[in-house]
Formats: sequence, C-alpha cells, structure tokens
Amino acid sequence: MDKVIYLDNAATTRMLPEAVEGMIPYFAEYYGNASSIYRLGQESRKAVSRAREIIAESIHADASEIYFTGSGSEADNWALIEAARSYASKGKHIITSAIEHHAVLHTCRHLEKMGFEITYVDVDEEGILKLEDLRKAVRPDTILISVMFANNEIGTLQPIKEIAAIAKENDILFHTDAVQAYGHVPVYVDELSIDMLSASSHKLKGPKGVGFLYIRKGVNIRAFIHGGGQERNRRAGTENVPGIVGFGIAASQAAACMDQEAGYVASLRDYLIERIEKEIPYCRLNGHRTRRLPGNINFSFSFIEGESLLIMLDQKGICASSGSACTSGALDPSHVLLATGLPHETAHGSLRLTLSGENTREELDYVVDSIKEIVGRLRQMSPLYEDFAKGKGKAYV
Amino acid sequence: MYSEKVMDHFTNPRNMGELENPSSVGTVGNARCGDIMRIYLDVDENRVIRQCTFKTFGCGAAVAASSMATELVKGKTVEEALLVTNKTVMEALDGLPPVKVHCSLLAEEAIHAALWDYAQKNNLKIDGLQKPGNGIHEDGGEEY
Repeated sequence: MDKVIYLDNAATTRMLPEAVEGMIPYFAEYYGNASSIYRLGQESRKAVSRAREIIAESIHADASEIYFTGSGSEADNWALIEAARSYASKGKHIITSAIEHHAVLHTCRHLEKMGFEITYVDVDEEGILKLEDLRKAVRPDTILISVMFANNEIGTLQPIKEIAAIAKENDILFHTDAVQAYGHVPVYVDELSIDMLSASSHKLKGPKGVGFLYIRKGVNIRAFIHGGGQERNRRAGTENVPGIVGFGIAASQAAACMDQEAGYVASLRDYLIERIEKEIPYCRLNGHRTRRLPGNINFSFSFIEGESLLIMLDQKGICASSGSACTSGALDPSHVLLATGLPHETAHGSLRLTLSGENTREELDYVVDSIKEIVGRLRQMSPLYEDFAKGKGKAYV
Repeated sequence: MYSEKVMDHFTNPRNMGELENPSSVGTVGNARCGDIMRIYLDVDENRVIRQCTFKTFGCGAAVAASSMATELVKGKTVEEALLVTNKTVMEALDGLPPVKVHCSLLAEEAIHAALWDYAQKNNLKIDGLQKPGNGIHEDGGEEY
C-alpha cells in the first residue's frame, strides 16, 4: 500500500512494535490455557497477571478490580446492563449523557425496553455536560450515572470529578466510558471516585479484541458472560492471552510516555486548528478549544458534505473520518454534533482528524493544503455555496 | 464500496457548473438530509437538450449520479430525457450500494424538476411529466 497519512487514531491505532513483539511467544510457544494446571498453562496465567498488574497500576486501582473483556463495547454493555439488574431493587432510573458512544446509548435503549427509565442529560455547545441539569435529573430511584470520560467525535473532556461527586453525594454508582481517554490523559479511579470504567486496547497502540472493565471493590455486579470461572467468575471465556499481553505492554508504554506524547500531540493539534481557522473560510471548530483530547480535531465546513471530503482525502493518501450521515449509512448526521446545537446541514460537513505521536508537522502542512483545495473544489460543486455567493443562503457557522 | 464508474464520475465529474442563461433549472433534495442536486438545461428550438450541467451538495454517489445523469440527457429531446430514470442512471454507473440508491432517485427527480421548469416557462405539456414534489425526503428541513 502507498504511504498513508493516518489521522484516524480515534478509530484505531497502529500497534506499538514492542507490543507486537511481546505477543508473538503467546501464539505458538506459550499457547497453554491459562486455566490449566500444568506449567505450560501457568505461563499464560502469569502473563495475564502481569498485564493486569500494569493496567491496575496505570489507573491507581488494585489488580483484583480489573476484568478483561473482548472489547470496550463489551465492558460498557456489562457495566450498564448488570449494574441495572443488580441494583434494580433500589430503583430503575439511570442517567447518561446525550453524546455517549453507541455502546452506551444503544445499551440504554435496550434497558428502556427492559423497563428501566433513562435520562439523557444535554451538553452545551462545546460538548460539556450541563452539571446543573445532571443535578436536577437525580431522583431517589436513580441507581447509575454513566458519562463518558472523553467524547470520541469531538474529543471533549467531561468534568468527571464533579460528575462523580454528584453521584457519590447521592449514593449512586458512577460508570465512565474511558475508551478514548485511557492511555492518552490521566485517568485515576480513586482520585476521581469512579466506580466502574471501560477501556479498550486498540485505542492506545495495543491489539484489537481486548478491553477491560474496572469494577471497584464492593460494587456488586454479576457476570455478563456465563460458562466458566475465568476473571474470578465474573467473565467466562478462555482468556485472549496474546491480546492481553499486548494490551499490557501498550498500556505500560502509554503511561510512561503520556506527558511527553500528550504535549507533542497537542502542539500538533493546535497548529492544525490554527492553520485551518486562518486559511479556510466558513468553518467551525467543534468541541471545546482546550478541554479536549490532545489528538482530537473536529471541524465543520459549510456547504459541503463529509463523505465526498473523505473520499478526496483518501485519494491524497489521508485517512480521516466524518460525522456525516452518508459515512454511517444513516439518514441523520452525528448525534454528538446535533447535541451541541449544530444544524443538520453543517453536521453533514464535518471532518474528524485524530492524531498520534507518529504524525509530523510536515504531514499536517500537506493535510491542510489538501483540505483547503478539496473544500474549495467541493464548494464550487455545491448549489448551497452558489446560493450563498449570490446572497441567498446562510453559512450556518 | 463504489464501482470504478462511480469513482470516475466522482473524481472527474462531467458537466459540472452553473449554466449561463439556462433554459431551465431544477433543484431537489434538502440540506438537512445531506443532499441537494441542481440541474441546468439549455434546450434549443427543436426541444433538444444542447447542454446539461449540475451542481450537487452530497456524497460521492450523489455527485456521480448527477454527473452521469447530465451525460445521459445531453443530446436528447425533452421527451426522451423524461425516460432517463434512476434505473438508467444506476445501470450506467455499474450499480450503487443499497444505501445509496436514493442518490440515483434524486438524479431522476432533478432532471424532472428541470424539465418541469422548462415546460412551465414555455407553456408546454410534456406527457408523463409531473410537478416535482419537495424532494424525496419527507421530514422537514429547508426545501427547494
């Protein structure tokens, strides 16, 4: 494949070579089942334990509170569904935000069908949860609050400490989907009073197919997957040993390099934002300017549609994503952008670029030049832009 | 996901742009749903479409369908142009993914809207041509 400029690290990341290397022995050399009694199996067991220790330490938790899953989505499903079931005798009301990932939102829809009542708290136009609305949403029968640590589309970092405090004051469980945040910004469960936390390996240069759910000691939620004694009887299924090993290595590296990496990536992000805002008219930065993930950039460009933009960027070797309806096969554009008050027409023209430490300023210069050219081309093609140029339409941004 | 033909028409759209002094114009779709197509016709005294151009706000399939539609109606009489359907456009593009079939429908409607505008301006009745609706999407938004 030709060289690509990869700016879709929120979708997935290129694996860390050390993680790939570290996994290899666990495919054909130490292939034993971690539950087996013989030494070959014990090698696998030890490797899983080591990874669990690393991950626990990275979020200031105890190893006994980390449960490996097959993905971040599984961790979200588990946390919500089993917390709801286990605490149903106390109440049937759950609070979440309007901008959650579908792993949480669709699980909430499922819970509604099971008889639970969900309140979806709004965000402001920068994508920050409205804390006052959250306070007002709390009821005596509220059993769970689930709010994402950082948004996957617009990168907004939520006021997790404040949200967790509201949960604690009211004796409500607090879960956070930290899939986009973990490994990129500090996520410490004790300092932030988090009861449950979901994360995924492939967002931080680990392998795909592994995630974990942190469950604070004392939180009594049952198993979600049944049929074996793995993960202290809480998550059946033979452990994905190579995946867990790779996850551990990636997590350890992410923790060790976090400050340096976040600083560098944020400087690239701010450079890109500055150039786009300066050089491309009728655009809007989505999300909060500073309270956002170091690698996240999300812009809306008036008069154009996102899928066209993505295809043309791909033709220039640039991988990016969009919140346009066409890219998801749905009729409506991104629920996140709509929740921040963006009109449909502008939400269709959104572009998400998510950076990593492997990107360079030279790459980004090429990217901005390409976006500039393509946006110009698509606007020449757009009847909306034609109307606007003749004074008949609005720019919306 | 797209055929080579679609990619070709998306990357090198034919007849893209506004026509100066067009005989008629038709616009369909709405921005809310993410696609708008505008077709410009230049029709001669024998009712032959001399030139047909487009402007489109939409995805790759929408652009390709518009481009192909303009190619298909160019040189035809207005009556013949009416026979260009979404199926004709789809086939000429070697197919579209199922979720993008509506783009070819929109192209058909855009041609019809332009033909309707032509008929109105010239006090003509073209058999089988109906007044265009508000585009294919039923729910709200800014309509053309």
